[in-house]
Amino acid sequence: MSTTTSPESTAQAVRPTDERRLPILHLIAMGAVALVLAAVILAVLGTLSVAGVLILGYVLHLVLAYVYSRIREGRRWAADRVMSLAVIGAFAIAMFPLLSLLWEVVIRGGARVVAASPTPFAFWTSDMSGIIGGADAGGVLHATIGTLLITLWASIISIPVGLFTAIFLVEYADTGWRRTLGKGVTFLIDVMTGIPSIVAGLFGLALFLTFMPADDQSMRMGIMGSVALSLLMIPTVVRSSEEMLRLVPMDLREAAYALGVPKWLTIVRVVLRTAIAGLTTGVTLAIARVIGETAPLLLTVGMVTGINWNMFDGRMATLPTFINQQYRSGSATCLNEQVTNPINGEVYACSVSTNIDRAWAAALTLIIIVMVLNVVARLISHYFSPKTGR
Amino acid sequence: MSTTDAAEESSSSASTLRRGGRRFGDSLFSVLSIGSGLLIFLTLAAVAIFLTNESVPALLASEELAGFLSNAEPDFSLISYTAPYIFGTILAAALALAMAIPVSLGIALFISHYAPRRMAAGLGYMIDLLAAVPSVVYGLWGGIWLVPKLEPLYTLLNETLGTFPTWPGFVPWVGGEPVVALFAGDPTAPMNNLASASIVLAVMVLPIITAVSREVFLQTPRLQEEAALALGATRFEVVKTVVLPFGRSGVVAASMLGLGRALGETMAVLMILAPGATFSFHILEVGRHQSIAANIASRQAEASGVDMSLLIFTGLVLFVLTFIINAIARWIVARSGVKS
Amino acid sequence: MAAPQPINVDSLNIYYGDFLAVEDVTVQIEPRSVTALIGPSGCGKSTFLRTLNRMHEVIPGAYAEGTVEIDGENIYHPKVDPVNVRRRVGMVFQKANPFPTMSIRDNVLAGVKLNNRRISKKDADELVETSLKGANLWEEVKDRLDKPGMGLSGGQQQRLCIARTIAVRPEVVLMDEPCSALDPISTLAIEDLIHELKESYTIVIVTHNMQQASRVSDRTGFFNIAGTGKPGHLIEFDDTQKMFTNPENKQTEDYISGRFG
Repeated sequence: MSTTTSPESTAQAVRPTDERRLPILHLIAMGAVALVLAAVILAVLGTLSVAGVLILGYVLHLVLAYVYSRIREGRRWAADRVMSLAVIGAFAIAMFPLLSLLWEVVIRGGARVVAASPTPFAFWTSDMSGIIGGADAGGVLHATIGTLLITLWASIISIPVGLFTAIFLVEYADTGWRRTLGKGVTFLIDVMTGIPSIVAGLFGLALFLTFMPADDQSMRMGIMGSVALSLLMIPTVVRSSEEMLRLVPMDLREAAYALGVPKWLTIVRVVLRTAIAGLTTGVTLAIARVIGETAPLLLTVGMVTGINWNMFDGRMATLPTFINQQYRSGSATCLNEQVTNPINGEVYACSVSTNIDRAWAAALTLIIIVMVLNVVARLISHYFSPKTGR
Repeated sequence: MSTTDAAEESSSSASTLRRGGRRFGDSLFSVLSIGSGLLIFLTLAAVAIFLTNESVPALLASEELAGFLSNAEPDFSLISYTAPYIFGTILAAALALAMAIPVSLGIALFISHYAPRRMAAGLGYMIDLLAAVPSVVYGLWGGIWLVPKLEPLYTLLNETLGTFPTWPGFVPWVGGEPVVALFAGDPTAPMNNLASASIVLAVMVLPIITAVSREVFLQTPRLQEEAALALGATRFEVVKTVVLPFGRSGVVAASMLGLGRALGETMAVLMILAPGATFSFHILEVGRHQSIAANIASRQAEASGVDMSLLIFTGLVLFVLTFIINAIARWIVARSGVKS
Repeated sequence: MAAPQPINVDSLNIYYGDFLAVEDVTVQIEPRSVTALIGPSGCGKSTFLRTLNRMHEVIPGAYAEGTVEIDGENIYHPKVDPVNVRRRVGMVFQKANPFPTMSIRDNVLAGVKLNNRRISKKDADELVETSLKGANLWEEVKDRLDKPGMGLSGGQQQRLCIARTIAVRPEVVLMDEPCSALDPISTLAIEDLIHELKESYTIVIVTHNMQQASRVSDRTGFFNIAGTGKPGHLIEFDDTQKMFTNPENKQTEDYISGRFG
C-alpha cells in the first residue's frame, strides 16, 4: 500500500476481497510498538515488571490498533479488530493461571520430590510417622494409598450403579411407567450433578453418624469417604455412559434381535461392546474428577500419619486433605538445626518451609495422577473405538 | 450363563416356540437397571432425609444453643448464625461470575469463531485441563503464589476507587456497617480477602461457562452466519448480530451453572479467605467474610452434637440454594434445546 | 423337520401406540418361495414384514393383534417367546448393518456367539464357509475373514448380513428393501442370491422396485393407504405373473402401470 495517498482514498482504492485488509506486518509492528511504549512508561514511573509491561502493552495495543485501523479502514473494521484482540486476550487470560499453576507445582513440587530429604524420591516411598516440627522428611505414601483406595471403592459403588442407570435410561425407559420413572431419574441426575461437594461430605457423615452409637460420633473411616464421593461420581458416570449408549445405532440392536439374541445379551454383547471405548473414557474422566475432591474427605475420613489399608476401620490420609493440612500448618519453627524422629530415632535437618514444600510436592503427585488418568482416557477413546477397517 | 442358555437352546430347537417363564438373564438385567434407577431416587431422598434429620436438633434448640459456636454472640439464633455466611457465599460467587463471564465468552468465541479450525480442538483441550486441576491445588496456588502478587493491585484500587467520595451505596444498612464501596475500607497484608478468593473461584468456573457457551455458539445456524458475511459484515458484526442473539439463553444457562459451582466450592475459599461473619461489602478487607461451604469445612473438626447439627443445617441451606440455581439453569438449557 | 408349512396370517391389526398402521391383513405365504410386498411409501408393507418375526414390537409402544401361524403355531400367543420366533425367522435390513466390533468371520458367527453358545472351531469354520458360500460371498472374502466387516463394500456388507442371517439356519428370511442402498451390479448379485435361497428358505421381500418384484418373486402382495393418517390395507395378493399382467383391483393396476406412487 502506498503511504502517500490519503487514508480515505486508500480504503476505497485498495479493497481486496479478503476481510483482513491491513497487512499482518502492520499489526505485529503495532504490538511491538505498544510493548516498547508500555516498558518506557513503566520505567519512567519506576515500576517496571514483566507482568506490568504485558498488561499495559496489551491495553495500549488495543488503543493503538483501534486508532490506526479507524484511520486506515474505517469505524466498522476498527471495531472488528479490537474485538479480535479482545477475544485473543480473553484466551490468554485463561491460559495464564493454568500455565502459572502448572509451572509452580512442577518447579516447587519437583524440587521437593527429588530433594535429598532424606533421599531423592523418598517423598513417594515414606509416610509421615514420627515427622514432627520442621523435620525436612516425610512423604505421601500413606496419602497416595488412601486416595487410591477410597477412589477405588467409590468406583466400585458408582460404576455399576451409574452404568445400570444409563442402561435403564437408554434401553428400558421407553414406555409407560418406566418412561415416567426415566424422566424422574434424568431430572434427579441433573440435581445430583449440582450437589456441592461439601454437602456430599455432610451426607456421608450424617448417613453413618445416624447408625453409629451416640458416644462414637467422632468415628471416621475410609468407606464414609467413598460413599460421599460416589454421590459426586454417579451423575458423571450416568451422563457420559448415557450419551455413549445413545450413540450406538438402533440398527445394531435390531440386527442382534433379528438373530434371536435376547435383550440382555444384545445389551452386553452388542451395545456395551460397541460403546466400550466411550464408556471407559467417560468412567476414567469421572475417576479423574473425584480423585481430587477435598471437601467431602475433610469431613468423612480425617487425617492420620501412617498407612491404613482398612477401609472400614479408622481414619485415612488422602492426597487432597494432606495438601490442605500441610498448607494450613504454614511455616514450621526451627529451634534446633536437627529434628529427631521419636519413633525410629532417625535425625533430619530442620527446615522452616518444610510443610509448604510438602504441600507442593503432594500437589505435584496429585496432578500427575489426574493427568495420567486424563491421558489414559484420551488414549482409550483414540485407540479402542470400533475400527471401520477402511 | 452359558449353561442355562445351552439348555434353553436344546428346548427351543424342538418344535415349540413357547417357554414357561422369562429368560433369567433378561429378568436379571431389567431388575438391575430399574433397580439402579430407583436407587437414584432413594439416594437423593436419603440426602434430603439425613441432612434434615441431623439438623433437627439445631432447629429445635435454636433458642438455647449451648455449643461453642453460639458462645461468641449474646442474641444467637439460627438465622443470625447462617445469614452472614449466605451473604459471603453469594457475594463471592457473584464477584467470581462478574469476572469469569466476560472472559469465558471471549474464550468461547475465540474457539468457536476466531481460532483456525485445526487449532480449535487443541484449545478446547487446554480449557478442559483447567477443569481437571483439583480445587485444592487451586487453593494452594492461590494462597501461596497469587495472593502476594495481587497486593499492589489492591493497594492501587483501594487508593483510587476506594476513596471515591460519591460512590453510590447500593444496598442499605444490612447489619454491621454502612455499605459504601467495594474497594473502600482498610486492606492489610496478607491479602486473604474476598477479592482474592473470588479471583480463584473465577478461574475455577471459567471452564464450565466456556464449555457450555462454546457448544451454543457452535450451533449457530451456519446459513445465517454466511448470509451476514455475504452482506459484507465484519466478523465482529456477525458475532454481534447472529451469534450472540442466538446463544443468549445458552449463555445465561452456562452462567447459572457456573454460579451453582461457585456457590458450592469449598477449597478455594477455605484456603484463601481469612474468615469473618459480617455483611460488609468491602471486598478488600481481611476477616470480614466467609462462605457456607468453607465454614463447614473449617469448623467440622471441632464440632459435635448440636454444633454439628448447626453446620449440617447450613449445609442444607446451601443444598437448597444450589438446587434452585441449578434447576433454573437446567430449565433454561432444556428450553433452549442446547446440550450441555 | 417335517415338510414346510405355509405362514398363515389371519386378521392382523398392527399399531404404533394408539395409531392403527395396518388393518386386517389375512394372507397365506407359501413355503420355499419368494413373496414380494409392494406399495407406495408409508403403506405399511415394512411394518407388516416386521410383524412376521415380532421385530415390530422392538419400537416403543408398537404392538400387533391377530394371529400369525408359523408351522401351525401362533407366534402372537402370549406364551411365545419372541426371541425363539426370531431364531426361526431371520431378517435382512434396508441398510447393511454388520457389527462394527466384529471381523467378517465373527459377523457370520454372530448368531451363535452372541447367544453364548459353544461351538468347536471345526464346526465354526464349516458354518462360516457354508453360510458365506450360501450368500455368494465366500470367494471374495475367504482370504480376509479376520478383517473388520465394516471394511467391505455396501453390496458385500449386505451379503454378509444375509450370510449372518442364514448361519442361524432359520426357516424364513425376511428382507426389508435389501437393495435400496445398493448399486445395480450389487443389486443383481443379491437378486441372483434370492433365487438360490428359495430352494431352502421361505423368503418375504419388501421392495420399492417393481421390476425387482417381478424378477425375483413367485407371489406378490400389494399394500395401499387411502390417505395420510389412515391405516394401510393389503389390497391384492396373487401370483406375480398375474399381478403384473392382469391385476383384479383397479388400485393395483394404477400402481403397477405407474399412475401413482
